[in-house]
This record gives sequence, C-alpha cells and structure tokens, in this order.
Amino acid sequence: MTAADVVGGILLAGITLYAVLGGADFGGGLWDLLAGPGPRHLAPRVLIDDSITPVWEANHVWLVFDLVIFWTAFPHAFAAVMTTLAVPLWLAAAGIVLRGAGFAFRKELTEVRWRRVTGITFALSSLVTPFFMGTVIGAIATGAVPANASHASLAAWTSATALLSGFLFVAACGYLAAVYLVGEAARRGDRRMRAYFTRRAQAAAILAGALSLATLAALHGSNPALYDQLTGRALPLVVLAGVCGLAVVTLLAAGRLTGIRGIAALGVAAVIWGWGVAQYSVLLPGTAVTLSNAGAPDDTLVAIIVLVIVALLLIGPAFILLYRLQSRRLLGTDEAATLPAAVPADPPEPRASHDARKPQAS
Amino acid sequence: MTRVNDVMLLAASRAGGEVVPARAQMATTLGFHIILACLGIALPAIVLLAEFIGLRRRDETAMRLARHWSQAMGVLVAVGAVTGTVLSFEMGLLWPGLMRAYGAVLGFPFGVEGIFFFLEAIFAGIYLWGWRRLPGWAHWWSGVPIALSGVLGAISVIAVNSWMNTPGGFTQQDGQITAVKVWQVFFNHAAAYEMPHMILAAYMVTGFTVAGVYAAGILRGRRDRYHQAGFALGFVPAAVLTPVQIFVGDTAARAIAADQPVKFAAMEYVARTSRQVPEWLGGVYVNRRVYGGLKIPDMDSLLVGFGPGTQVTGWDTVPPAQRPPVVWLIHLCFDVMVGLGFGLLLIGLWALAAWWWRRRLPAQRVFWAAAAASGAAAIMAMECGWVVTEVGRQPWVVYRLQTTAAAATANGGVIASLTLVIVGYAVLGAATIVILRMLARRWRRGEAAEAAVPYGPRPVRTGEPASRPKS
Repeated sequence: MTAADVVGGILLAGITLYAVLGGADFGGGLWDLLAGPGPRHLAPRVLIDDSITPVWEANHVWLVFDLVIFWTAFPHAFAAVMTTLAVPLWLAAAGIVLRGAGFAFRKELTEVRWRRVTGITFALSSLVTPFFMGTVIGAIATGAVPANASHASLAAWTSATALLSGFLFVAACGYLAAVYLVGEAARRGDRRMRAYFTRRAQAAAILAGALSLATLAALHGSNPALYDQLTGRALPLVVLAGVCGLAVVTLLAAGRLTGIRGIAALGVAAVIWGWGVAQYSVLLPGTAVTLSNAGAPDDTLVAIIVLVIVALLLIGPAFILLYRLQSRRLLGTDEAATLPAAVPADPPEPRASHDARKPQAS
Repeated sequence: MTRVNDVMLLAASRAGGEVVPARAQMATTLGFHIILACLGIALPAIVLLAEFIGLRRRDETAMRLARHWSQAMGVLVAVGAVTGTVLSFEMGLLWPGLMRAYGAVLGFPFGVEGIFFFLEAIFAGIYLWGWRRLPGWAHWWSGVPIALSGVLGAISVIAVNSWMNTPGGFTQQDGQITAVKVWQVFFNHAAAYEMPHMILAAYMVTGFTVAGVYAAGILRGRRDRYHQAGFALGFVPAAVLTPVQIFVGDTAARAIAADQPVKFAAMEYVARTSRQVPEWLGGVYVNRRVYGGLKIPDMDSLLVGFGPGTQVTGWDTVPPAQRPPVVWLIHLCFDVMVGLGFGLLLIGLWALAAWWWRRRLPAQRVFWAAAAASGAAAIMAMECGWVVTEVGRQPWVVYRLQTTAAAATANGGVIASLTLVIVGYAVLGAATIVILRMLARRWRRGEAAEAAVPYGPRPVRTGEPASRPKS
C-alpha cells in the first residue's frame, strides 16, 4: 500500500464523515421545508433547529477538510474536477452560503415575515447543496471528467447517472436527518415528534434505497467497468448498505431505537466505501489518473498523513465533547427544558452577579 | 475566524481572458470575507476578556457585554464560515492552474489551517450555545480554544499568501513538484512579517470596530457605564497594538524592498533604480509623472536604508510586462493604509493623554466622532494593505514562478458568477448589518419583544437571561 493509497482512504473517510454528519444537517433543512407553514408545524422546526444549532458549523468543516486534502494530495485531479464541474460546484457553494446565512439569521429575527424568508432560504438551499454535490460525484463516477480538462461541461453532470446521484444525495440526507431526529425526539420523550419522524425516516429510507438501485442500474450503462466492480469486489459493501437500510426500516417499525442512528450512518458509509473500493485505484474513471499519479510527491502525502493523525488527536476529543454536551442538552438557548439526570442536581456554578439579577425590562 | 480560509490573490485589472473577472471575483469575495476573518480571529479574545472581568469582579456590565457580543459572534461566525468555504471552492474554480501546479506545495499550510478551523468551529458550538447551562468558568475556558485557533488558523492561511510572495521549500522538474519541505513552505521568508502584520491588523480591526459602535452610542448621548465599558474593551487593546503595528509595518516595507523590489517600487513610485530617492505622499502617477503629490526629498532612501545615499531598486529593473498594473492604485492604497494607521495612533494618544492628566476619557465630541469612525478606518486600512500586496505582486500569482493569467480558469462565464457574487454578497453584507443593528436595538429594549413566534425556532435569548435556569 502506497502513501497515495492511504491518503485516498483518508479522503474517502473525510467524505464519509461529511456525508453522515454534515449530510444530516442538510437533511434537517429538507424536513424544515416539508414541515408546512404556520404555527401547527412549529414542533418539528424547533426540534430540527435545536439539534442542528450547536453542531452544524463543526460538521461543515469536514467539507473544507476534504477539499484541502483533495487539492493537496491530488492536485491534477482536483483541477480537472473543478474545471469540468464548475457549474454544479458553484451552485453547491451558493447553497452553502445561503443555507448557513439563512439558518443563522432566522434565529435572530422576530418578525414572522422575515423568519419565513430566511427559513425558506435555509430550507431550499439545504436541498441545493447535496443535490449538486451528488451530481458532481455522479459525474466523476461515470468518467465524465477528462484528465486535462480545460472547460466546463454541461453534459458531464446532466447525465441520467449524475442526476440520479443528485437525487440520491438529497434522499440520503433526509434519511439520516429523520433517523437522527427520531432519536432526538425519543430522548426528549416527545411521542408526537417521534412518530412524525419515524414515518418520514421510513419513507426516506425506501426512497433512498430505490434511488440507490436506480443509480446502480444507470451506472450499468454509463460506466460498466465500475458497475462490474460494484457487483464484484465491492458487493459485500453494497449488500451491507442494503441490509442496514432494511434493518433501520424494520427497527423503526418495531419502535426499537437502540443503535439505530449508527446503523443508518453505517449504511450510508457502506455506499460511499462501496464506490471507493469499486473504483480503486482509479481516481478519475475513464482516464489514466490514479491515486498515485495525480500530482503530489511523497513528501506531501506523508505530511498529510502526519497532519491527519495530529488532527484526529486534537479534534477527536473535541468532537466527542461537543456531541456529549449536545446530547445532554447542555447547549442551546431553550430555557424551558429540564436538565437531564446525568447532570448534578444543584444549579450551575453561579455566574451569580448576572444570573441572579432581574431581567432588565421583561 | 473562521473561516479564515483565504488565500489572497487579488484585484485590479489587465490581461485578457477570464483573468480580469476572476481577479475581480476573488477580490470581492476575499475583501468581504477578510473583515469577518478579522472578527473571527480577534473577537473571541475580546469577548473572553469581557467575560473574564464579569466573572472575576462579578461585574454585571462586563457580563452583559460578553453575552451580547457572543450573540453577535454567532451571526458573524456563521457568515464567516460560509464565505470562507466559498474561497476554498474558488481556489479550484477560479485558479485551477495554480492548484494543478502548486497544490501539492501550498496545500500543507491549508491542512494545518483545517485543524484550527475544526477546533474553532467545535468550541464555538460549545461557547456560543453554552451560556445557559455550563458553569461560569467552564464556559469561559470553552472559549479559549476559539481565540487561540483563530490566531493559529490565520497564521496558517497567511503562510500560503506569504509563500506566494516568497515561494520556496520545494523542487520542481519539468513542471512536476518532486520534493516538498513542508515547514520551509510554512515558514517562508515573508511569513516572518506578514503573519504578525495580519494578526495585529485583525486585532485592530476588531477592537476599533467594537469601540466604534459604542463611541457612536456615546455620541448619541448614551453615556452609561455599559457604553463606556464596551468602548474601552475594544479600544484599549486596539490602541495599544497600533504602535506595534506601525513598527511591524515599517519593518515589513523594508523587507519587501529586498524581497519584492518591484512591488516596493510601485508602492513608493520608484521608476528608476537610484539613490536619494524622494518619498511621495499621495499623488497620481500617469505618463511618467507624479501629479499632485507631496514630495519629500531623500526620504524614501532614508526609510529603506537609514541614509539618503541608500540605493532603491526601481521598476525599470524588469521589463514592462513584469511590472504590476495601475501603479497609482498601489501607491495610493499604501499611503491610505499608512495614513490611517497614524490617524488611529493619534486617537489612541489623545485618549492616553486625557487619561494621564485627567483620569478620564476625552470629553470633546471630535474625539468621539473620530473614535466612532475608527472601526471603518481600521477596516479600510486593512483592505488597502491587501490591495497593495496583492496588486503589487502582479502579474505573478506565485512570485516569479507563475503568472496570474496562467493560473486562471479558462472557463467562460466568470462575468456571470462575478455579477451574482456582487449582488449576493451585497445582500449578505446588508442583512448581516441589519441583523446586528436589530440585535442592538433589542438589547437596549431589554428584549421584551419576543413572544411566541409561530415560525421557526424559539427566539434566541442569549442576550439576557429571562430567569435563572431551573434544575
């Protein structure tokens, strides 16, 4: 195994983490969009907002991390992808800006009209980014990116495979988000929301499964070599993905939620790794660009590997801390919620001076 | 913060193809993001300072300021994170030639930056949303990594930009990078002065901006302790760092005279290599003449080598095609930056003098008007500095190794994306400012206004605790 292979694995792992963590945040936007207007539909929005708020920025950094690894380790392939697929990538970037800004702005607004505007911006752009990211991955998988790309191509990302892949990404994000939200609702003892997101998780699971099969079928025509590997050496992962999906649907139906989020994430990860294993060691299908000849010398690759080890030691514990605080509901602005039992019963260390003080004007 | 994901390849125009719109777009997105980046680098430290005073002295006002700034930081961090990501995309979308040739070299500092971006975002999630439930000092400590990683992340990004000015640390054969010494890339020659210059700039921009907001309030007659403290917490660090910045900037200019003499020549209107070079204050260079400037004989030679006989390299040492475009823009931006820097120094000295003799801040309205403008002045100075270094490096993207034209995308339609970016960022910037102003109004009213809002999440109330958290 060469250094390039290791870095290829790191990149795939980074993509996986972005998909299962960042993807779920985008999926939250999908359910916000579909929640319907008006006060009756406030509950899902509040739940979605509570679960995304403290973590979305940290989850989003995986994308930046992936881009950096990609351009550092495989600069030739990076330049080719960014050139050929400039249009969907611009649109994905626009979605990222609008999603983040819309989400952050909505919190601070109090006028319903402006909350609607920013909320719809957040929700719609949450669909835009995964969709166009999906078309990008689909375009790469079908071999639509030439090695020495000099111009953007419309055909590259509007093939049936690429478009199906775009829809698959949206469905997968919605699926992950719904499954996570079922768990979140259950932890809060909110039966109505638990049932609400259970139905949606099941529907999204079926849709994502169907789209996966459709994308696979489309690949049969657009990139037979990759299809052969997906049904060949990557078959165990493809099967694992299917098993995970079915398991989640069944467990949801049975109302057993233990470990269900992990299984859902594993299913999505299996799809990504199935693609990676099937395509290995080609980086841009249809070209001679492989992991080992895409541009960076060994010095750079070794530096990336060391950097990633350091990164994991630093950010791993930090992420665990963030998620634990979040799951114990120690983060957030909701004052009505009760503290979980895990926290000592006495009130937080008094920031006495101001906590005890009477609010100014309320 | 955050998102300090920026390499500084900038503006002005020349050459054909997509270079001009690509540069204009990079300039727009970067010029926008860099303001948020400054706030991301330095605002956490100022918020932590306020919270520290609040916790230590049980000072309600300081605590209230910390909470309010933290809420504003929530908005700024989000906008900074997403606009920084746009720059990551643009590295490939606008400059595929640069990434193809040098991605393997300049990628490493970006990777280091990635770690700090992670830490910043993770601890921002804890700090910004931990006000209600985390115990006081634990909450304070959760903010420390944000302040540290803001600075370290900025250093990593500046490593890339300074590498573009003084590239090194790699070997190249037939256009292929064959070996990279990553730490030589990171700590390249220009890094020694670019890094402190930008970090100080970030602290000045943030400090003066914060101070400016409260100075404007004081001008309108809000002379309460809240406004005084808000002003002081921003103003004092920024004013203290201003003379340091002037020293660093002066050192940097001298280093540029050695590292990038043509850039320096453009900054100072040195057309021919010579001794006893005059210093031009202002003035527009057209048709080999300077119109309207103030000429100080021998001053430039003095500044470069501490003696009037010092030889200063002119732009005549390279053929016209290798000289930066629009020399007057570079020179005037340089003068504006330096002039504003000294103006900010004067405001600080004024406050110092008043404190020295009267133990209080100046009472004159002129002082408060100047202080209210200090934030805008610091931002302007910082933006001008980036124009100087970026336009001054042209026509190169990697100094003497790759031209900006060779780095730019060949894709058409950059004009279209540029237009959308300008419109989109104008809306984004306006919305950010409107929302911050709205927050300020709500804080003044004591945020009694938000009742149940029937759409979206519960209203954010980090500004004021409505009641003690139940347990």
